Amino acid sequence: MTEGTSGPMTVPPDEVPPPPANGRPGDGTDDFLGLTRDECVELLRLMVLSRRFEEKAAEVYQTGKIGGFCHLYIGQEAVAVGSITPLRPDDHVITAYRDHAQAIVRGITPNAVMAELYGRVDGCSKGFGGSMHMFDKSLNFLGGHGIVGSHLPLAAGVGYSIRYRGGDQVCLCFFGDSVVNIGAFHESMNMAARWKLPVIFLLENNQYGMGTDFRRVTAVKELKDRGRAYDGLVSLDVDGMDVLAVRQAMEEAIERARVEKTPTFMEARCFRYMGHSMADPSHGTYRTKEEVERWRSDDPILDFSRRLLEAGRLTEAEYDAMDKRAIDASEAAAEFADQSPFPDPDAIYQYIYADGYPDDMKRRDAWRKEFS
Amino acid sequence: MATKVVMAQLSPTMEEGKLIEWKVAEGDAVAQGDVVAEIETDKANMDVEALGGGVLRKIVVQAGETVPVGALIGVIAEPEEAIDDLIAAAGATPVASAEPAEGPPSGTPADAVTPSAAAPVEPAVSETTSAVVTPAPDAPAPRAPVAAAPATPAQEPTEAASGRTKASPVARRIAAERGLDLSRLAGTGPGGRIVKADVETALAGAPPAVEAPSVAAEPAAPSGPPTAPSAPAEASTPVAPLESRVEEASQMRKAIARRLAQSIGPVPHFFLTTEIDMGRALELRADINARSSDGKIGVNDLLLKATAEALNRHPAVNASWEDGSVRYHGSADIGIAVALEGGLITPVLRDAGRKGLRQISVEARDLIGRARDRKLTPEEYQGGTFSVSNLGMFEIDEFTAIINPPESGILAIGQTAEKPVVADGEVVVRKRMRVTMSCDHRVIDGATAAEFLQTLQRMMENPAVLLV
Amino acid sequence: MPVLSYRDALNEALREEMERDDSIFIIGEEVGEYDGAYKVSKGLLERFGEWRVRDAPIAELGFAGLGVGAAMSGLRPIVEFMTWNFALLAIDEVINSAAKLHQMSGGQYTVPVVFRGPGGAALQLAAQHSQSPEPWYAYVPGLKVIAPATAKDAKGLLKSAIRDNDPVVFIESEIMYSLVKDEVPEEEYLTPIGKAEVKREGTDVTIVCHSKLVHQSLSAAQALAQDGIEAEVLDLRTVRPLDVPAIIESVEKTNRAVVAEEGWPMCNIGAQVVDDIQREAFDYLDAPIARVNGLDVPMPYAKNLEKIVTPNAQHVAEAVRHVCYS
Repeated sequence: MTEGTSGPMTVPPDEVPPPPANGRPGDGTDDFLGLTRDECVELLRLMVLSRRFEEKAAEVYQTGKIGGFCHLYIGQEAVAVGSITPLRPDDHVITAYRDHAQAIVRGITPNAVMAELYGRVDGCSKGFGGSMHMFDKSLNFLGGHGIVGSHLPLAAGVGYSIRYRGGDQVCLCFFGDSVVNIGAFHESMNMAARWKLPVIFLLENNQYGMGTDFRRVTAVKELKDRGRAYDGLVSLDVDGMDVLAVRQAMEEAIERARVEKTPTFMEARCFRYMGHSMADPSHGTYRTKEEVERWRSDDPILDFSRRLLEAGRLTEAEYDAMDKRAIDASEAAAEFADQSPFPDPDAIYQYIYADGYPDDMKRRDAWRKEFS
Repeated sequence: MATKVVMAQLSPTMEEGKLIEWKVAEGDAVAQGDVVAEIETDKANMDVEALGGGVLRKIVVQAGETVPVGALIGVIAEPEEAIDDLIAAAGATPVASAEPAEGPPSGTPADAVTPSAAAPVEPAVSETTSAVVTPAPDAPAPRAPVAAAPATPAQEPTEAASGRTKASPVARRIAAERGLDLSRLAGTGPGGRIVKADVETALAGAPPAVEAPSVAAEPAAPSGPPTAPSAPAEASTPVAPLESRVEEASQMRKAIARRLAQSIGPVPHFFLTTEIDMGRALELRADINARSSDGKIGVNDLLLKATAEALNRHPAVNASWEDGSVRYHGSADIGIAVALEGGLITPVLRDAGRKGLRQISVEARDLIGRARDRKLTPEEYQGGTFSVSNLGMFEIDEFTAIINPPESGILAIGQTAEKPVVADGEVVVRKRMRVTMSCDHRVIDGATAAEFLQTLQRMMENPAVLLV
Repeated sequence: MPVLSYRDALNEALREEMERDDSIFIIGEEVGEYDGAYKVSKGLLERFGEWRVRDAPIAELGFAGLGVGAAMSGLRPIVEFMTWNFALLAIDEVINSAAKLHQMSGGQYTVPVVFRGPGGAALQLAAQHSQSPEPWYAYVPGLKVIAPATAKDAKGLLKSAIRDNDPVVFIESEIMYSLVKDEVPEEEYLTPIGKAEVKREGTDVTIVCHSKLVHQSLSAAQALAQDGIEAEVLDLRTVRPLDVPAIIESVEKTNRAVVAEEGWPMCNIGAQVVDDIQREAFDYLDAPIARVNGLDVPMPYAKNLEKIVTPNAQHVAEAVRHVCYS
């Protein structure tokens, strides 16, 4: 993947950076970052599970059982797996609205994520959040957030809490390439850098903010340069299609945050194979079929499984069994979600106020017979 | 700008009205609010006020003519203003055939029926009551000239042209709770809006002291001659020779016909009669009147008070049939049948169950007096819950009255007369009065009515209880 | 009982609560070294140190969101906006994050954060610095919105707000910081959120008001008393949740109401109060309800124009006379 290919007509060929170099850390002779065979297989398993899960979600979406927006992560699995797996359970994860894979990798069961997509009581947000708002407090998963950029200050706040309590946890914050031009991005990184907040700002650069090539609207060529403006913050980029590359960069970032309280801004270059959401085709107006196929040929799951096979850490049969388990788990999740009840209408006022919705405010809803 | 004078709808059941008299002539100056004409509705004679000022340029409907509600009857405009289009447009409105008020009737009966009068009648709130009597009370008499209605702006100061009384919500609520008729109040709020203070003043103060003539329905004391307003027909009275004629029924007569036909058809009536010893009641009345100078208490007042008390104790009688359910009324609003020239009207004594004898007396006298003068507002003769009709002054011993729907009962009161009765095994002469109650069997059963009558009887025979 | 200024009462509330609970910190522009742009946080940096009294960059969205994130992860932040005008830059975090996270997470996360600062006009600060933000926030389920009028309420309500487990929008007033002084109990007390208070009893008309207009209404009531009109002044104190039962109870007694506030007329708190009254006390009204508010224009700078735009006691008295038909 060293050959430059032309992108969409709107971007002059000379401005299109080459796809990520295919030089993997220790490729062929690597020691897999010192990970055991089982640890490596687990990384692969999580990537396969995420993908099969979302493929099932996409299928079910078309039957109408999932409503609203549904943003798929397919193609970007190496970023979530490589970054979340090195975290401790007491670390925090916060992300944007493309959040299914992060939720699963962090440990929310496929059943709970699928039930949330279905809007059912067994969903990880009890049916109140949906695709964009997966939460699990027991896993310190602070949710999917739907307003681009608005959760970055929240991540800074989590970092503030950690410092305030003198802890050594970190907060991992995912966001997309469109965020680098938002004020909240700079406000958050500025505070994190100035007050040494243990936050890892992980930019998943999948090249497009919805349908807009980031190069068309961004006045820097290298997004990681945005982080260089801040003293006390380490800024770097990484091949987001390589799970081990992400993992290695994250391990270093986590160490910096735990020990030195130094925040990191990391750009992981990657690609989503599907459209921005279910309403958007995978290619067409803003990107070509060729571009999608070129990135697909660098698929993180194919690549990592090939390396494990070559290194003798995985057999074809094992891979097939792993894939089948992922497919079965996704099927089972859809089955589970379908059986899960819809939220009780009585729960409508349940989670608005922590100590209960004031009865006197309900009087304005009394025109609805069911509440009078 | 030209202002139309139209046959205004002045009661909910009014469909047409007769123009009694123009109060101004063509060419006279008229100010907004001036009374320009008097009309006869199905209930009363009412004033028509000008909605705009100028000159009465054109009288479209002459005195004596009957026209449907909404018909143009006159035009007020500036002296030079063109009004031909207005009048031409009015030509399209169905104008009923005119019939002079006086003079020989002309035309066939069909001519006298206006299209709207022939239209199906919408049942509405009860307004009338009537009595079936053996001797007809209304001897043919020359039609009295209709007195010029004085302008009485204070009477309906708050009524917009739509007939809606402007009152604040709280004023309306209190008035409804206390049975106060808002249309009789003058509002002191903006635009004449009746506000809470107006209602409270009205409730606190005594009702307007009207020196009314004798109470219409008071039974004549046997010791004195009947004091009936119009002399009952007597054999000795010369009677005009009979002649054949067709006379259009008055608006009131039409309404009576409509309402009562409605009653006797669907309402299953039954009747019970009792006889009351009036000795003590007459003594009590004499006693009270000897001690007090502010207005005489009549036996009729005692009867109204006793009826109200009996209704309080027998709420099942103070009720109405409503298409599968029974409405029990929250107040005893007693209609008092008052005979009028050419018909009758039933002013309603509101919330009589919560009023004392003196207040009942004063209010009844006022209502009856104004009923005779045909000066009741619609709200004053609509919406009763029970009625009383008294023909004692006509020396009627006993009669049955027809229920005034949606009420379920009416008392027919006969004269008080000396009769022999057996008391303690001896025949003695006592002053006795017969009362017949008509009941709607859908609501009231025989025993219920009997208990009610028994209560009434005991009260009248021990009338001191009415004073507490 | 000691008399405290509105400002000092707020300062006492902050200090007492921070002494009581070490999860409370305050963040905002100039809250630390400068002792607060309006000195509400005076002396706190010295007492509690920089992690608990954090001078923020001028980045309202950033530090408001930081407060939300800290609240989600166990702290009780107090986010001070130098004025609520600047908070418009942060309104996304207040509405889209703070107000909704409890529900979107199916009840898992709570957001016990207080957003506070002065609102309303001061003197000749012109259009961008003279506006009443209550309606913008009172609209939003998930928020509580408080706008106290007295030093006593300011202290008691701020303490309640800090202890509340939901995001609270707490609107103070630059003018009231020094001008309003009243008796504040020495002993510990909390003022309940969502409860209005009758600041003056009356029988003839209810003046529903909050914040600055409470004082205008009280002085109007005094003037009206000389004409024999006894006005009841009901201080809402909290505008979300609105104490509708208290409003209704008073209007049922007086049968007339005037709703007074400083902000613009369209969709303001008074508009809601009028609706609540007509819906629940229609049969008790003796007159249409009158509203007193700022004129429907951005605040002009010129002194004479500002005076015209701003509602005052005389306007309140006129409105009362209007509904009393006097």
